[in-house]
Amino acid sequence: MSTLRGKVHRLGANVDTDVIIPARYLNTTDPAELAKHCLEDLDPTFPLRVRQGDIIVADENFGSGSSREHAPVAIKGAGIACVVASTFARIFYRNSINVGLPIVECREIVEITKEGDELEIDLVSGKIINLTQGVTAAAVPFPDFMRAIIEAGGLVPYLRDKLATGAPVDA
Amino acid sequence: MTSDDQYGSTITEKILARASGRERVRPGDLIMAKVSLAMANDITAPMAIDAFRKIGVPKVWDRDRIALVPSHFVPAKDIASASLGMRMRTFAREQEITHFYEVGRAGIEHILLPEDGLVAPGDVIIGADSHSCTYGALGCFSTGVGSTDLAGVLATGEIWLRVPETLRIVYSGKPGRWVVGKDMILKVISEIGDDGALYMAMEHSGDTIAHLSMESRLTLTNMAIEGGAKSGIVPPDDVTVDYVQHRQQVHGRERPFDAVVSDPDARFARTLEIDVAALEPMVAQPSLPSRAVPVSEVEGQEVDQVFIGSCTNARMEDLRTAAALLDGRKAHPRIRLIVIPATQDLYQQALHEGLIQVFADAGASVAAGVCGPCLGGYMGVLGPGERCLSTSNRNYRGRMGHRDADVWLANPAVAAATAITGRITHPENVGALV
Repeated sequence: MSTLRGKVHRLGANVDTDVIIPARYLNTTDPAELAKHCLEDLDPTFPLRVRQGDIIVADENFGSGSSREHAPVAIKGAGIACVVASTFARIFYRNSINVGLPIVECREIVEITKEGDELEIDLVSGKIINLTQGVTAAAVPFPDFMRAIIEAGGLVPYLRDKLATGAPVDA
Repeated sequence: MTSDDQYGSTITEKILARASGRERVRPGDLIMAKVSLAMANDITAPMAIDAFRKIGVPKVWDRDRIALVPSHFVPAKDIASASLGMRMRTFAREQEITHFYEVGRAGIEHILLPEDGLVAPGDVIIGADSHSCTYGALGCFSTGVGSTDLAGVLATGEIWLRVPETLRIVYSGKPGRWVVGKDMILKVISEIGDDGALYMAMEHSGDTIAHLSMESRLTLTNMAIEGGAKSGIVPPDDVTVDYVQHRQQVHGRERPFDAVVSDPDARFARTLEIDVAALEPMVAQPSLPSRAVPVSEVEGQEVDQVFIGSCTNARMEDLRTAAALLDGRKAHPRIRLIVIPATQDLYQQALHEGLIQVFADAGASVAAGVCGPCLGGYMGVLGPGERCLSTSNRNYRGRMGHRDADVWLANPAVAAATAITGRITHPENVGALV
């Protein structure tokens, strides 16, 4: 489970959450319904082309703008296994960890990756291989505290376990 | 502690140190901060409520420190939105949430909460809406999060944060007649880019700040997020203290607060200087806020719709400025003018001052207390190829409707001038052109 392998959808910089899931669809919280419209304002064919296990690779500031958690939920619901970007907007970054959408920061891989390339990502070690281009790089590691949330499966199970056992919730 | 640690703290570091029970914090520290006020709206609350129930605690941490504000799709635009509202309302009643605002007594959260005396200097405010950075104009730390993070706050009253570095912006000079906070923040974003302050706090300082009303300051911090920032903050001064004390008194919510400022030897990641005296009103071209240029460079561009509203520019100062230009004039026949005062209280004040009459006489469609077309979900959605000049905060592709619609962002004076002529217009040129 910790190693993912998938085909790349290559996006640019400043992919904002309005374009990931437009506000006209925010009258629902259903992941399957949101997934049907994922990224359609950037490319109307995206929801039709995306396959389970595909990977999004994007330039700087992925997920900028609105705090809508519907954005990572829509991406995850569409079957995307991981988003690799040069940088992430901070609310999207937190939301993705909280809802269990794997995200990886790695400028080196982003810069050489093209549409349709195949990537292999080890979420535990942070090693990323672009199998098509034959390039290997290391992702920016998560702090231990965030890794604990990721390993618990998101913030809700993390807090549920902590609060149930009376353990301190420390950063 | 090494001697290398012997330097001062920024205002943001001071607030976060106190909220996490530490003597001091430094950028990069991961802390658990106690929250003064948590907020969610009709789009983010339902998901937060679902997550809260899964965490498994029966009651919220403090029913007096939570604000639930329907603002985006209200009055309900369709059955699905009505259902979202019902989920929020049911939760508010079940948990006996003190600050639940019902439709018609509410407004846009980022304008409503400061006006209602719920925000004070030194607070830590966490809102499930990206423009929650707005409250920093009152000298508090405030930031936006998603629904699950907010659920964690509802359950525990705390949140983990990474202490941000600070981008200090030093404004100098007195703003010209038509220049307000909106133009200053658009200028900043045009200089640093849409992610120029990523993960950072933006601290607004310099001699210009003393010339700014609380309205203009709230616009400055409101758009921190459009520069990628975690938070925006204005060091509290007499204007802040007067405003906060007045709002607390009006609503019977007097409480002590701690107005702190950055130490003279605090360290900043970067300092940006802006000459406000030389600044013209700014207009952000489609489809990024960073594409802002002086209005004179885009004058003459025809538009189809003008929107005066949103959490960025729908306060009394904004409404008065727009009304002064529109008084005795009509919106251009080709233009759809939409004016939405941010809250019910502001609507009533505008009514009392005769501003609503001015807007109605000008041919505007007037509503109240709702985000409206800003986010393209409801009221004034744009069709393919349509062009809108808006006082809101985002002109991203598809933000206000169809992906092929274009949005320009500007201050309320430019918006009113543009409504009159039908083309993007510098407010000083309205008299000559009409």
